[in-house]
Amino acid sequence: MKLIKFTKKGIYCIPGKFYLDPWYPVKYAVISHGHADHARWGNQHYLCQNDSKAILKHRLGKDISIESLGYNQPKNINGVQVCFFPAGHVIGSAQIKLEYKGFVVVFSGDYKTQPDFISTPFEPVKCHEFITESTFGLPIYKWKTEQELQQELQNWVLQNQQNNRTSVFLGYSLGKAQRILKLIEHVDDVFVHSAIHNLNTAISNSGIDIPKSTLITSDFKKENVQRKIVILPPALLGSKLIKKIPNAATAICSGWMHIRGNRRWKGVDAGFAVSDHADWEGLLQAVKATEAEKVYVTHGSQAVFSKYLNEIGIEAHELKTEFGDEEIADKEPQKSATL
Amino acid sequence: MKDFSNLISAIEITNKTNAKIEALVHYFNTAPDKDKLWLIALFTGKRPSRPVKSNLMKEWCMELTKLPEWLFLESYSAVGDLGETLALLLPNPKNTIEKPLHIWVDELINLKQKTDEEKKVYVLQAWNGLEAQERLIFNKLIGGSFRIGVSKKTLVNALAKLSGIDPNQLMHSIIGNWTPNSITFDDLLNGEHINYDKSKPYPFCLAYALEKDLTDLGNENDWQVEYKWDGIRGQIIKRKEEVFIWSRGEELVTQQFPELVAAISKFHNDFVIDGEILAVKDSAVLLFNDLQKRLNRKNVTKKLLEEVPVGFYVYDILELNDEDFRAQSMENRRVKLEQLFKENTTDILKLSEMIDFKNWNELDALRNDARSFNSEGLMLKRKTSIYHVGRKKGDWWKWKVDPLTIDVVMIYAQKGSGRRSSKYTDYTFAVKNQDHFVTVAKAYSGLTDKEITEISKWVNKNAIEKFGPVRTVKPVLVFEIAFEGIAYSKRHKSGVALRFPRIKRWRKDKTVKDIDTIESVKALIEN
Repeated sequence: MKLIKFTKKGIYCIPGKFYLDPWYPVKYAVISHGHADHARWGNQHYLCQNDSKAILKHRLGKDISIESLGYNQPKNINGVQVCFFPAGHVIGSAQIKLEYKGFVVVFSGDYKTQPDFISTPFEPVKCHEFITESTFGLPIYKWKTEQELQQELQNWVLQNQQNNRTSVFLGYSLGKAQRILKLIEHVDDVFVHSAIHNLNTAISNSGIDIPKSTLITSDFKKENVQRKIVILPPALLGSKLIKKIPNAATAICSGWMHIRGNRRWKGVDAGFAVSDHADWEGLLQAVKATEAEKVYVTHGSQAVFSKYLNEIGIEAHELKTEFGDEEIADKEPQKSATL
Repeated sequence: MKDFSNLISAIEITNKTNAKIEALVHYFNTAPDKDKLWLIALFTGKRPSRPVKSNLMKEWCMELTKLPEWLFLESYSAVGDLGETLALLLPNPKNTIEKPLHIWVDELINLKQKTDEEKKVYVLQAWNGLEAQERLIFNKLIGGSFRIGVSKKTLVNALAKLSGIDPNQLMHSIIGNWTPNSITFDDLLNGEHINYDKSKPYPFCLAYALEKDLTDLGNENDWQVEYKWDGIRGQIIKRKEEVFIWSRGEELVTQQFPELVAAISKFHNDFVIDGEILAVKDSAVLLFNDLQKRLNRKNVTKKLLEEVPVGFYVYDILELNDEDFRAQSMENRRVKLEQLFKENTTDILKLSEMIDFKNWNELDALRNDARSFNSEGLMLKRKTSIYHVGRKKGDWWKWKVDPLTIDVVMIYAQKGSGRRSSKYTDYTFAVKNQDHFVTVAKAYSGLTDKEITEISKWVNKNAIEKFGPVRTVKPVLVFEIAFEGIAYSKRHKSGVALRFPRIKRWRKDKTVKDIDTIESVKALIEN
């Protein structure tokens, strides 16, 4: 008997009668993490990891029907055992393990195998079938360690201060922003955009520790921000707010910044390859550690990564999904906030 | 090589010329003399010849990483640059090698005579001692262009800022005959190896696009009207038996046009003339595309000289026998110019023809006819005008033919290079030929970064191939393209060649049903 099937609305668990990160509204949605391409608006009921609960409520509405579980804390839904395991992607991100009559499927959601200073580290889970993302599924992607990134970002800020410049980081409001805050903690005062500030408040209120920062609004006083640090969502590149920041040096933090062409395309002052997704080695290690008989490869380099897996003797199939556009992820919360 | 590597990082990230100049000045203030000289040499096309074939480097990289070839190529298409692909794929270095730039370059020059096995030992050792960015620089030193947006002009401006020496003189100095081992940095800047007095050009006088009615220009008799040509605006200088050719980009291009130098050398007087470098065959002006084959070549082969011969259409005279004529009227200068060409005859240089007209309303028809012989339109110059410095409104006007436009559909997309390597920026367009499509043009320019980003995403979703650098896409996106001219062509499958095609706009309001047919395109030639 088949445990899952791939439908127009998303990945469906047949005996469990629920969907994983559906992209159209359903009755019961099990959610891997809070990014808007995974946790969409309009589902009748949500199940997520404990640390994601505040994020989902913040983004999708206070009165959604939602319950949550800790990592490694199974729940039975129509005979299917559902359990979350850390995905190391953002705060509260989880791989979703489904077990039914001894058969195990794991849906990775988005994941990162290297530990950072803020999300619970990735934990491999053995399974029969593994559904993996492949955002950075090419061997050119090789991330630096968190310690190396910390050094790089802090040096950049210090150098900017010597040149009397304000350091502006651009990163997604969920995940990247908190990670940057941690990477540059204790260097100087940090100002953040309201999208980040509100999310931080929601996360802090649920008991998770996030480094301190101050809200920046459009009427900020230049002398307060001068030579300090500002974190904004990427959509604000070229905005009035960013233009008002005195003597700004702007850096984008994204895995795509690993490639020169991408760094240069954006016309910013620096690009740091700070990624919340696994690099090539990370993807390979994760897949191998599951010991899965069959691997489904979704969003990203599915053609390349599945071809390679097949060549090294791991049965793999491409799977077309509608995940993977985190740029939407950063715009939608603002939209839903006005709903 | 850390300093050089930092310089490249600083330059490549910014698109502000001033920031690039700042970074260069900083480098010139701190680097050893020999390194500075090599930097100038590398950025002005004076690089040593490639010591190691790129295929070998690719092979060694695949051997080290144990990657299959298809995956290497897939990585290469994602990065768009071989040197960078290698730098990213190779395992992290185990050692640290720190040597100044000029030592690396000297070693690479010596490497050329070595055996492949010796080369391999050297390259692998270097790869294992450099971190990713330095490794990229090392690969680029072996071969390939830096593509970081530093033109000779930018380099010259940085040197001028550093030294206070006239930029035109510096341009001549760095293009002149020198090697990093034969000169000191100061001597190079001071132009010890050149005679700048002889080559010194004048700033070009430039025209504005006509923005008013012809009748507002006043009396027809006050104006000199000529055809406008689409080549390279150039200034030819002959002083004391020596010839120099400057382009409008203030680059010395003398060596690229030996036939012009030969023709001018036969002239009797000393002079400075202003005109247009054009590809001319059998007294007809060819397309700019043809002229492009002649540009920025290290060696101009005999075959190329025959295939694309060059001519010079002369507009103006600025100096004659040491006398500066720029303050004289256009009318007077023209008389001097005609006299010069009466005394010296050549087929290769031709006086720009003055159009005979009595009435403003005769000109529109002439302008529209200009396209038929590859002219861009008309130039209107006030007969009393002096030769201005730069662009000044009122005396010189350009009045171009309106571009032709057609609606086409995108059928292939390819990634760009340099800054554009991460996006699909190079498109192939087709029109309908009964029930299938036929390619009519490739275009790279005309869209905003935002549109390119949107199209790239669409291409990612709608490409038919999953592998390789070129993506065939569903014929869905419709664009209006503009071009300067159109002619029958045997070389093109469609049977037509467009001149200077570019994207005018993305027609989101149109579908593939609305695009032009090959018949409607060909009809443009007849009109």
